[in-house]
Amino acid sequence: MEKEQYQQLEQQVTPKPPYLKNIVKAFFVGGIICTIGQAVSLFYMTFFNFTEQTAGNPTVATMVFFAMILTGLGLYKKIGQFGGAGSAVPVTGFGNAVISAAIEHKSEGYVLGVGGNLFKLAGSVVLFGVVSAFFVALIKYILVTLGVVSW
Amino acid sequence: MMMSFVFAFIVGGIICVIGQLLMDVGNLTPAHTLSFLVVAGAVLDGMGLYEPLIHFAGAGATVPITSFGNALTHGAMAEAEKHGLVGVLSGMFEVTSSGISAAIVFGFIGALFFKPKGNVD
Repeated sequence: MEKEQYQQLEQQVTPKPPYLKNIVKAFFVGGIICTIGQAVSLFYMTFFNFTEQTAGNPTVATMVFFAMILTGLGLYKKIGQFGGAGSAVPVTGFGNAVISAAIEHKSEGYVLGVGGNLFKLAGSVVLFGVVSAFFVALIKYILVTLGVVSW
Repeated sequence: MMMSFVFAFIVGGIICVIGQLLMDVGNLTPAHTLSFLVVAGAVLDGMGLYEPLIHFAGAGATVPITSFGNALTHGAMAEAEKHGLVGVLSGMFEVTSSGISAAIVFGFIGALFFKPKGNVD
C-alpha cells in the first residue's frame, strides 16, 4: 500500500473527535480554573499591595501550588481527561506537566531523575516562550530605534 | 466586582477553547498547542494587545499559558527600554520568574512528598 493511500485510510478509520462536546468541556473547565485564579488575584489585591497588572505573578505561583497538590493526589489527570485543553492551557497544566514529571522520575534519583526530567514535558513551552519573547522584544527594539514605533 | 469573575471565566474559557480547537481540528499535540499559545501571547504583547486584555479579564488572561509568553516579552521589552539591547536578555525572566520558580520549587517538593502514580502522559 502506498504511503498516501495508507494516510487516507487512516483518516477514514480514525474516529472524529466530538468537537462540540470537547469545546464545551474545555470552555467550562478552563473558565472555572480562571475564575479560581481571579479569586486568588482578588485576594492578593485586597490583602497585599498588588495591582491588577502585578497580581498575575503571585496568582500564577499560587495556581501552580494548587496544581502540585492535585497532581500529587492523582486528581489532575482526571480533570485533564474530562477537560482536555481546558485543563492543559491554564498554568496549572504547565505546573502539572513539570510536577508530574518530577514525581514520576523520582525512582531514578533526585539528580538524574527529578532534575533531568523536570522540564521533559514543559520544556517546549519554556523554549518557545523565551525564543519568541526574544525575537518580539528584539524586533520592537529595532523598530523603536528606527523611530517607527515608541515603547 | 462580580463582573470581574464573569469576564475571567469567559475570556479564560475562550482561550482554552482555542487550545481545544488547535488540538481537535488542527490535529496538534498538546505540546504543540501550548507552544503555539505561548508564542501567540508573546506576539500579542509585542503589539501591545495583551495588557488591555489583562485589564479587562484579570485572571482570565493571566492564568492561561499565553500570559507566560506575554510576561517574558513584557520583561524583555521593559528592560530593553531602560538599558537598550542587552535588556532584551537580562529582563526576560523579570516578570515571569514566579511561574517558573514556582513550578521548579513545587516540582521538587512534590517529588519529595508524593508517590508516583503513573500519571505522566
